[in-house]
Amino acid sequence: MIRRLFPHPWLSVTLIVTWMLLVNQPALGSLVFAIILGILIPLLVAPYWPGQTQLRSPLRLAAYVLLVIGDIVRANVAVAKIVLFYRSDDIHSAWIAVPIELTSPEAISMLAGTITLTPGTVVTDVSACGRVLLVHCLHAPDPDAVRDEIKARYEARLKRIFA
Amino acid sequence: MDLALEILVSALLVIAGTFGLVGSFGLLRLRDAVQRLHGPTKATTVGVGAALIASMVDLYQYRATLTWQELLVAAFLFITAPITALFLGKIHMHQSIPRDALPNTGTDRDWATFDPTFKGPEPKFPGE
Repeated sequence: MIRRLFPHPWLSVTLIVTWMLLVNQPALGSLVFAIILGILIPLLVAPYWPGQTQLRSPLRLAAYVLLVIGDIVRANVAVAKIVLFYRSDDIHSAWIAVPIELTSPEAISMLAGTITLTPGTVVTDVSACGRVLLVHCLHAPDPDAVRDEIKARYEARLKRIFA
Repeated sequence: MDLALEILVSALLVIAGTFGLVGSFGLLRLRDAVQRLHGPTKATTVGVGAALIASMVDLYQYRATLTWQELLVAAFLFITAPITALFLGKIHMHQSIPRDALPNTGTDRDWATFDPTFKGPEPKFPGE
């Protein structure tokens, strides 16, 4: 019953927090409206979002977001250097296939989003079976190292966050 | 104190502008469409991020109110940017990349873009 009313509890929480940040004032009226939205929107999207998000550790998720933000800044500087100082012929772009062990769609989209946001790598496709990501690297003299870093740095952490 | 904050805001704005410029310059100078996809991802991450932090600090300093909308702008951008990039990449793969140029998946199914039998999950409505 409670599952029927809240098909995606974490989505409800996120929506309520987002709405409160959006109105930017802690009024009771806003909170009531936020709760109404937090109940209605998950019900509306539930048909298109089957299954449950099994979030094992929200705290680890916060740590993961901080890590990714740090990496984004670091990688940005690296890519800026490539754009500004490398000659066209020196940029070795590569396609790599990254096999993934994550199974939940939420975890896979999170990994794909992380890879795209850290500049220098863009996810352009997933295999039809959903177990391999196609990643394009702007400059990767050693494609295997990029694949291993993605797996060790991001996927291993996401495996611990999502059940 | 005021001076320090102003320097911080100015520095953040310069960083934002520089990364935005480098990102757009990347669009111009990189060779092919997939490489160009990397350019704008920079402008949206560090460039916009720095501008938003500058806005937060500035509003806090002059109006003494802490605004959270900047964080939301950043969050929405971070959620939508990878999806845009994914779809641009997929369209480009469809139109101008020969299948041989891509690596194999290593499984028995091909990449979703090239697999004619691939279908996403169907929506499941209550009562069905």
